[in-house]
Amino acid sequence: MADYETIQINTLFEIPRLNPGVMKDSSPFVAAAVHQEALGFPGELVDDWQAKAIEKFGELLKKSRALQVYLDGCVKCGACTDKCHYFLGTGDPKNMPVARQDLLRKIYRRYFTFAGKYFPKLVGAEDLTKEVLDEWYSYFHQCSQCRRCSVYCPYGIDTAEISMAAREIMDHIGKGQKYCNEILGKVHKIGNNLGLPEKALINTLEDLEEDIEDETGVHVRIPVNEKGADILLVTPSADFFAEPHIDGLIGYAKVFHAAGVSWTVSSYASEAANFAMFIGSQEQMKMLTDRIRKAAEDLGVKRIIFGECGHAWRVAYSFMNTLSGPFDFLDPDYPVPQHICEFTWDLIQKGQLKLDKSANDHMTLTFHDSCNVARGSRMGDTPGGQFEIPRAIIRAVCNNFVDMAADTIGEATFCCGGGGGLLTDDLMEIRTKGASPRMTALQEVVEEQGVTHMAAICAICKTQFAKVMPKYGIGMDRIVSLHQLVSNAIILDGQEGSGTDEAETETTENVATA
Amino acid sequence: MLSTIFAILFYLATAVLVVGLVYRIQLYARTPAPLKIPTTPAPVTRPGVFLRMFREVAFFESLFKSNKWTWLFGWVFHAAMLLVVLRHLRYFTEPVWFWVNWIQPFGKYAGFAMLAGLAALWGRRFLVERVRYISAPSDHLMLILLIGIAASGLMMKYVVHTDIIALKAFTLGLIHFNWQPLPADPVLLVHLSLVLILMFIFPVSKLLHAPGVFFSPSRNQVDNPREKRHPAPWVTALETDRSKAGGD
Repeated sequence: MADYETIQINTLFEIPRLNPGVMKDSSPFVAAAVHQEALGFPGELVDDWQAKAIEKFGELLKKSRALQVYLDGCVKCGACTDKCHYFLGTGDPKNMPVARQDLLRKIYRRYFTFAGKYFPKLVGAEDLTKEVLDEWYSYFHQCSQCRRCSVYCPYGIDTAEISMAAREIMDHIGKGQKYCNEILGKVHKIGNNLGLPEKALINTLEDLEEDIEDETGVHVRIPVNEKGADILLVTPSADFFAEPHIDGLIGYAKVFHAAGVSWTVSSYASEAANFAMFIGSQEQMKMLTDRIRKAAEDLGVKRIIFGECGHAWRVAYSFMNTLSGPFDFLDPDYPVPQHICEFTWDLIQKGQLKLDKSANDHMTLTFHDSCNVARGSRMGDTPGGQFEIPRAIIRAVCNNFVDMAADTIGEATFCCGGGGGLLTDDLMEIRTKGASPRMTALQEVVEEQGVTHMAAICAICKTQFAKVMPKYGIGMDRIVSLHQLVSNAIILDGQEGSGTDEAETETTENVATA
Repeated sequence: MLSTIFAILFYLATAVLVVGLVYRIQLYARTPAPLKIPTTPAPVTRPGVFLRMFREVAFFESLFKSNKWTWLFGWVFHAAMLLVVLRHLRYFTEPVWFWVNWIQPFGKYAGFAMLAGLAALWGRRFLVERVRYISAPSDHLMLILLIGIAASGLMMKYVVHTDIIALKAFTLGLIHFNWQPLPADPVLLVHLSLVLILMFIFPVSKLLHAPGVFFSPSRNQVDNPREKRHPAPWVTALETDRSKAGGD
């Protein structure tokens, strides 16, 4: 562990020399039988796993045009080879997107193509052996499904689709990943990733209401299971307890309060995150989005709004209508679903929020575009709204904002290093190394532009940064929720004082307790 | 004898190419794309997607974003090859179409650009460590094949001319099923043999990127999942089952 704990930051985007096999031993814990079986997967590696894997592979090829086209179409041009943060951070050639895809492609060619069946050596086709399976398990869990490679591929080949398929195959032969599968079991059973039951959720949020009242003197509600509310808020469960996530939740509550709308959280669907996307299971993904639909129907809401979470927003924005729609029982005047940033920005534009920008004057902000928001979704009506709206909000609530280098933001944004189901302690090494491109870009604006804090709109990014930033010499309190900034600046009717002093005390306290 | 063998091979190769490509294209077209996965920011309308696709196919937009050298070599090779192929229509048409005559002066020199692009692309496979790592024997052989075709073609154009009148009689004979003798020049036979190989392997090789790019969901989908429900066949099937069960 010691070799990566103090990390030297190199020149921005220095492409590393190849270091074959350096990350081959990085694998997450394998799911136990109990976690596998809860999802309907075999408990352990089945006896005829090779045949089963090829059978599942064939099934997926028939179900996914993307998989079929992407496995056929690669010409090995190399456009993606220097685009993956895990490659840039490790130098392991199998972390080059094309090489990662080839782990699956070589098996595809061997079993499903003419050339690979008759001329395997020529086209790099291989039999599915135990060694190959181990490589799959290792390297398909070194992909955060961030889609950065797909931006640069001349055919749009998306390694996320490949790694999802590989994980789906592995789940079906009994080699699942503990972190994702255990969490999915909790959502099915209890309703959120944490396994936080209704009573605990209600208590937590009541405590939070008291905290807000202590701070502002205003009784801001965070309702749970309130029938007849207009808005159902679905947010990552990390927002209920983790730092800095919870400050974002306070921000949403204040915005709803200031807007004078009725809203509620559901304990049944108390999770925006949908780890089923990470394991490539559309069936599991639908089970989770169906929970959200059911909660919306049961509570009789008119709108669904999602809190700050990257992959959750991709699932909600891009997939939920397909999987659990149509949502024609909701108010047709609003998009289904909406992002909390769309909601807040709309209010700001209409001048319905009272804001004191100086409340954030103790910070100079930059913004981290989360990969699933950036490359797998949209906000607002126009392409790229997912970049403009969060920045517009920050500019509206902060005086000091600068962007990081242009080739590290927007559609070119670097993953935090912890996405795609990798946010687990057993993958700490790859998480740390994979964060290096983002950390490099951050360090640059810290040194040259005096940036003090980085805002994000993703629960995974926030947790990951809080954990890895100290390894790069940046304090863990330097990552903030976007709605935390809104929370600092917003002035509620009847609020005591300007709020600035309290905000600063609050921040210091967080650092002390974290 | 030689003419007959080549004539038969060309019919065979054409059949393999056409049938193979039709099979592959219908496979791509029929395989469902169950979820909306355009790489965003993506166009929000059909015409927007058409434009995105056009920029991708005509200018290699994404490759340009990635790496300017690869883009330059790749684009020059493809654009030059397009000119060269169009120029070759003069050997298959009588009278020659007017616009084929127009591009003739450019097409003649495009062969050099094509060869230069290919040589540079091949050079990358040795000189760039990352590209060397990902190259399989077939990736090298494909470039050798194309370089062979371009070089033998240029040889005939500029060094050892073949009997082009007789060659055209042969190709027109193939089209009209009225076989004519093929000039037995070694360079011509090499050129045609390599082209035959290319036609045979096209539908079973990475050359499938040519039709494949049009079916890439990350590029050809409209970004409108909230506005318009994108159907997934397996979800629709579930819904049909449910409504049937409900009706009973």
